[in-house]
Amino acid sequence: MSYTFQFGEVLRYWPLLVQGAINTLVFSVIAMVAGLAIGVVGASCRISSSRVLRAIAGAYVEVVRNTPLLVQLFLFYFGLPALGLRLSTSQAAILALTFNTGAYSTEIVRAGIESIHRSQIEASTSLGISRLQTFLHVVLPQGLERVYPALASQFVLMMLASSVVSAIGAEELTAYGNRIQSENFRAMEVFFVCAAVYLGLTYLMRVLLAAVAYVAFPRRRALGSV
Amino acid sequence: MAIVNLSGVRKSYGALTVLRDVSLAVERGAVVALVGRSGSGKSTLLRCINGLEPIDGGEVVVDGRRVEQNEASLRQLRQEIGIVFQSYNLFPHLTVERNVTLALSLVKKMSAQEGRAVAEKVLSQVGLREKMAAYPEQLSGGQQQRVAIARSLAMQPKLMLFDEVTSALDPELKEEVLKVMEGLAREGMTMILVTHEMDFARRVADQVVFMHQGRIHEQGPPSRLFAEPETPEFRQFIASTLN
Repeated sequence: MSYTFQFGEVLRYWPLLVQGAINTLVFSVIAMVAGLAIGVVGASCRISSSRVLRAIAGAYVEVVRNTPLLVQLFLFYFGLPALGLRLSTSQAAILALTFNTGAYSTEIVRAGIESIHRSQIEASTSLGISRLQTFLHVVLPQGLERVYPALASQFVLMMLASSVVSAIGAEELTAYGNRIQSENFRAMEVFFVCAAVYLGLTYLMRVLLAAVAYVAFPRRRALGSV
Repeated sequence: MAIVNLSGVRKSYGALTVLRDVSLAVERGAVVALVGRSGSGKSTLLRCINGLEPIDGGEVVVDGRRVEQNEASLRQLRQEIGIVFQSYNLFPHLTVERNVTLALSLVKKMSAQEGRAVAEKVLSQVGLREKMAAYPEQLSGGQQQRVAIARSLAMQPKLMLFDEVTSALDPELKEEVLKVMEGLAREGMTMILVTHEMDFARRVADQVVFMHQGRIHEQGPPSRLFAEPETPEFRQFIASTLN
């Protein structure tokens, strides 16, 4: 084996790699925020007293978690145009990632909500606080705080999984890597560098998520557990 | 006029009947102690008064209003009734101050400033003003229970319910909570308490209600009731609490 690594051939393309990393991060952050919002709404539906809402949210979670992300992506990108909705690669990518993360978040947030003891709801409603306000101010914050580590690792996984959106040529890190190696034929070096960049992005995400926790959960800050 | 009026209250969980035809009137400013063995229905009775337990028959009237199981009327009712639980049930994610002011801002629409002033007042009343910024888990059980009392008092209730509030506490922590409750009684707060503290019931209550098998078995002023129990069940109960 006498392969000579030539990273210079890859690093030449650094502006493209930086742009790819930024786009990956942007896709991920949008999908994370929107996915969490879907998660909160979805979890509320999952535990709602309405059978219809429970069924809809349940079906959503089942379908998304039991089908490949790549197929979901193809549905958004190649399928929707048949219904007259043509999305750009970025739009389809963000939509698929959000749709996917929303389902996982729904289950995680539901677990958090259900872990909050009934007595908290009794204490709150006994003060004359409405059911909705109790959910928003007492149950949800505690539930989210409890499952935050699970949500954070789900978000990191989603960021890594976002590389599959390169399959439709969405402009992100893996797609750019692909483009570079098709020009310089240095697949080994290119994807080695991509992997290193993903590793860096993962750490960056963890720092971001820890910062969010620091702001969102003042109790943990006060007790020194963040 | 009685502030709380229960007539013919019935309640069961499936085949298990917990309350059988309970009637009770509580006068404004009175301190009523509900005593009895576990499972005699005293906690359930207490929880019927603020609608935490829906009843199957009879009627609960508080301050002239019938307790109904619909959200709007329960919310109205519960602003007038404070309740303190055995396990404190403070909101662990909020500071002591916010525990007290949450309902003030959400229900009474008070500004942060007004809320803070109320929090300072009620927390001083229970001797915990310096703990405003602490989180519940940084407090002892006795302190948490006093915060829970303050949280209820902040709403200026006409009636306070206490559900075995000292049962989870060590003897010395019990004392600090009982002292706060005694202070409230002295100030004329109407109080209904489920308790195993017979000394406290004897000393502070105006009326002791002994429950047995879902019924009010015996009731009256503690001086008479404890001195001359009429029924063998109550005599036995008193004897069992002495050791």
